[in-house]
Amino acid sequence: MASTDFSRTVSTPSQHHTFDRSGAFFARLHIDLILLLLLIALATTGLAILYSGSGQEIGMVKRQAVHFGIGTLLLFITAQIPPRLYQLIAPWALAVGTLLLVGVLVAGVGAKGAQRWLDLPGPLPRFQPSELVKLALPLAVAWFMAKRPVPPRFRDLLQALVIIFIPTILILKQPDLGTSILISTSGLLVLFFAGMSWLLIFSMIGIVAAMAPVMWFFVMHAYQKQRVLTFLNPESDPLGSGWNIIQSKTAIGSGGIHGKGYLQGTQSQLEFLPESHTDFIIAVLAEEHGLIGVCLLLALYALIILRCLYISSRCETLFGRLLSGSMSVTFFIYVFVNIGMVSGILPVVGVPLPLVSYGGTSVVSLLLGFGLIMSMYTHRQRK
Amino acid sequence: MALEENELKEGIQRWRFALVLGAFALLLFVVAARLVMLHTVEQPFLFEQGEKRTVRSEVQPASRGMIVDRHGEPLAVSTPVTTLWVNPQQVNTSELSQVAPLLELNAAELKRRVERAQRQGRSFYFVKRQVEPEVASRVLGKKIAGLYGDTDYRRYYPAAEVTSHTLGLVNIDGKGQEGLELAFDDYLSGKEGSRQVVKDLYGNVIKQLGVKAVAEPGHDLQLTIDLRLQYIAYRELKAVVQSHKATAGSAVMLDAKTGEILALVSQPSYNPNNRADLKPGNMRNRAVADLVEPGSTMKPFTVAAAIESGRYSPGTIVDTSPGWIRVKRKAIRDHRNYGELDLTGIITKSSNVGVSKLAQDLGADSMWQFFDHAGLGRPGTLGFPGEAVGSMPYPEQMDDLRLSTVSYGYGLSVSPLQLAESYTSFTDGCREHVSLLMSQVGQQPCERVMSEKTARQILDMLGTVVGPKGTGKRAAVEGYLVGGKTGTAHKVGRGGYEDSEYTAVFAGIAPISDPELVLVVIVDEPQGKEYYGGEVAAPVFSRVMEQALRLRQVIPDAPVEDEWLQVAGGSR
Repeated sequence: MASTDFSRTVSTPSQHHTFDRSGAFFARLHIDLILLLLLIALATTGLAILYSGSGQEIGMVKRQAVHFGIGTLLLFITAQIPPRLYQLIAPWALAVGTLLLVGVLVAGVGAKGAQRWLDLPGPLPRFQPSELVKLALPLAVAWFMAKRPVPPRFRDLLQALVIIFIPTILILKQPDLGTSILISTSGLLVLFFAGMSWLLIFSMIGIVAAMAPVMWFFVMHAYQKQRVLTFLNPESDPLGSGWNIIQSKTAIGSGGIHGKGYLQGTQSQLEFLPESHTDFIIAVLAEEHGLIGVCLLLALYALIILRCLYISSRCETLFGRLLSGSMSVTFFIYVFVNIGMVSGILPVVGVPLPLVSYGGTSVVSLLLGFGLIMSMYTHRQRK
Repeated sequence: MALEENELKEGIQRWRFALVLGAFALLLFVVAARLVMLHTVEQPFLFEQGEKRTVRSEVQPASRGMIVDRHGEPLAVSTPVTTLWVNPQQVNTSELSQVAPLLELNAAELKRRVERAQRQGRSFYFVKRQVEPEVASRVLGKKIAGLYGDTDYRRYYPAAEVTSHTLGLVNIDGKGQEGLELAFDDYLSGKEGSRQVVKDLYGNVIKQLGVKAVAEPGHDLQLTIDLRLQYIAYRELKAVVQSHKATAGSAVMLDAKTGEILALVSQPSYNPNNRADLKPGNMRNRAVADLVEPGSTMKPFTVAAAIESGRYSPGTIVDTSPGWIRVKRKAIRDHRNYGELDLTGIITKSSNVGVSKLAQDLGADSMWQFFDHAGLGRPGTLGFPGEAVGSMPYPEQMDDLRLSTVSYGYGLSVSPLQLAESYTSFTDGCREHVSLLMSQVGQQPCERVMSEKTARQILDMLGTVVGPKGTGKRAAVEGYLVGGKTGTAHKVGRGGYEDSEYTAVFAGIAPISDPELVLVVIVDEPQGKEYYGGEVAAPVFSRVMEQALRLRQVIPDAPVEDEWLQVAGGSR
C-alpha cells in the first residue's frame, strides 16, 4: 500500500467548517454531538422496550446496557482513529474477517441449525465473524474504489465484485441468507455511490433475477425456502413456520393507535410472541405503545439516518463519503428489513432491529460503525 | 464528461444521493403504511385474535348437594379434590416420573404412557384424577413444567355399603348413575360457573378478568332414613345372609304412623367409594327392585277382608279338617290337620286351608278390592330407578284355584317395600304412603283399608303368631309386645315352583299396643336345614326390632310382672 494513496482525496468547498460553541468540545473529541445524542436516545428507548420484551428480566437489560457501554467506548475509540489509518487497515480487516469466516465453517458453533459463532479462548465471549465483516467489507470496498479513477472502470468494478462476493458466499454457507444479502448490499452500495453505471446496475439486477431460480433449486436450504413460502402465505403453516409472523402481526395490530400500555401487552408479556427480545422486539413496542410508539421510533431512526447521510455528504475524502454513505444506507436497510419482516411485508430473514434487539455483537459492531462514520466526518485534512 | 468530473469533485454524484434519499423515503413510507394498516384497518381483527389467544373461559365446578339422613347425618358428601393432568408436549417425562411415588403410581409405567401420548402428538393426558388436595399441592409444588391441576369434586359416602343401594352413586364426572343420585341428579347437581382469565402460552392463569357466572352449589337432599337404624338393619341382615349362606336379602323398616322409610337395606352390597370393585349383581336395590311372592305374610289381609265383610269375627270357627281341601283338582294342604280353628287360630297356625275357605266364601271381587286398597300389586310410588311394579291378578283372572293361592300369598308379587307399606294398614286401618324424602312426608293422606277395630283385631292375631304357640315365636322382643307373620315362599324357577329353594319372609309390627315400627325381612334362598320364615327371617326381625325400639326410646308395653317372673325363674 503506497502512502500516496491517501492523497487521492477530493477537496471540499466547505472549508470554513467551524464547530459551533457546544460542539467545540466534542469536535475535539471527534464526536458528532447530534448523532451521539440520537444514538443515546435510541439506546435508552431500546433498553426500555427490551425490559418489556424480555419478560421483565432486568438481568437481560443490564447485560444489554453493558453491551451499550462497551459499544460506546469503542465508538469513542474508533472516532479518534483518523480515516487514513482505516484506509490502511481496510484490506487486512477484510482478509482477517474472511479467514475467520472460513474458521466458522470449519470449527464454528451455532444454534438452530446454523454455524455462526466462533468460541474464543478463555473468558472472551462468543464472537460472530460476520459482524466484523459487516464493517470490514464496506471499508475494503471503499478503500478499493477510492484509489481507482472515477467513474470506475469496468475492470475495477469486476474486481470489487469479487471482493464483495467471497465473504458473501462464505456467510451464505453458514447458512445465513439475511446477513449475506445485507453484507453484499453494503458493498454494492459503495459501488453505487462510487458511480457504477446504470448499464451495470441493470445488468446485475438481471443476473440476480436470472439467478433466483438457480438459488432456489441449488443454493437455498430447505429452511430458507420454507421461510420464503411462509412469507408468501403464513397461514399455510400457522403452527409451524408461519407461527412467528402470525403472532407478530397479531401483537402489532392488537396495539391499535395508542397501544395497551407499557408492560401491558398480552401477546408479548404472555409469551405468545416468539423472539420478543430479539428479532421481533418491535412487535412488543407496537402492541404496548401502538401506532404512535412505532412512528416515534421510526422517526428516531429516520433522524439518525438523515444525520448520517448528511455527514457522508460532508466528508472530505471520497473514501469517507463512500464508506459513510454505504454504512448509513445499510443501517437503514437493517431497520427496513426488520420492520418489514415483523410486519409481514418481507420474509423472515433473521435481522435484528438495530440497537433495540438484544445482542452484544450486533450492538457493539453497530456502534463501532457509527464511530467510523464520525471519524470520517470529524478528521479534517490538514491543509 | 467534464460535468461529471465536476460533480465527482463534490464527492458523490448528487443524483445518486437523491436517488438513495428517494428510495429511503419510499421504503419508509411503505413500512409506515404497512404499520398503519395493521394498527388501524386490521386492528379489530388482530385485537380479537390476540384476545382469543389469551382470554379463556374457565369452568368453575359446582359442588353437588349433600344427602343427609333424617337427623342431618351426612350420607353422601362432595369433597374438593384435584385432577392432575399433563401436556405431554411440554412435560419432561423423567421429571414427571419423580412424583409418581407421591401419587402411588408406577413411575416406569407413567413415563411410558406419557411418552406414548407424546409421540401421538396429544397435548392432554390424565396423570391421576381425584387426588386429595394436600397430596396434589405437594405434587404441584414441585413446579414441573406442563403439569397442571384442576379443582374437582369427589363424592364420598361415609356409610359406604350400608346406604349404597338407596343412595346409588355417581360416576367419575359427578353424574348420578344409580339410586337417588340418579333419580335426583338435576336437583343435587349444582350449576357450573365460569370465569374469564388471561392465560399465557403455557396455560398458566396470569390474572382473572371477572366471573361470568357464579357456580351454584346443588341442593341438599334429606332422607327419612335413620342412619342408626339403617346400620342395625344392615348388620343383622348381613349376618343372617352369611350364616344361612343365602344368596340375597333385604329389610325395610317404616315408621308405622307416617310411612317414612327408616331403613332400607339389601344384600349383597357394595362399597360405592371404591368404584374399582363394582359388580352389577351387588348393586341391585332388592328392597325396592325385587319382586317376591309374599307367601303366608298375605294371610292377615285375607282374614282382615273376612272380618271387614261383616260376616266373620275373630272368634268365628272355620273347620280346616282334614288338613287339606281340593280346589279344581289341586289339593291345598296345611302342615297338619289343625281341625276347627277360629280366625285368630288360622293366623297363629298359618292355615292355608282356613284362608282358602275364607277367600272362596268372600269371592274374587271383594277380595281383589280389599287387596287393592291395601296397596298390594300396585306400582311403586317412590320414583326410584328400577322400582318394581307389583302384580295382582284381576278378579276376572282369578278362578277358584287362583283365588285360593292368592289368599295365602302365591300368584301375586310385591316388593319388600310394598309389603311393608301394606302392613302399615294394620296399625290403625289406614295404609300410609311410604316416603323416602323428608320433604315428601305427609304429602299424601293415608288410604283407609279397614276399620280401626278390625285393624286392632288383626294386630292381636299377629301378636299370637309371635306368642309361644305361633310360627314366629323367634320374632319376639323382650319387653315389648310385637306382632307379625311368617312366610315361606317357594322360589319360582324354570319349571314352576322349586321344591328346595325358598324365600323366607317375616313382616311384623311393634309394639302392638301402640304401633311405632313396621319391619319386613326377606332372606332369599337360605341354605341348610332352616329355611322357614319363622326360622330364618323372624330372628332378624327380633334383633333389629329390639335395638330399634330401644334406640327410639319406645316405652316397653309387655306386662312387667311377666318379665320379672321370667328373670326370677331363671329359665324359659
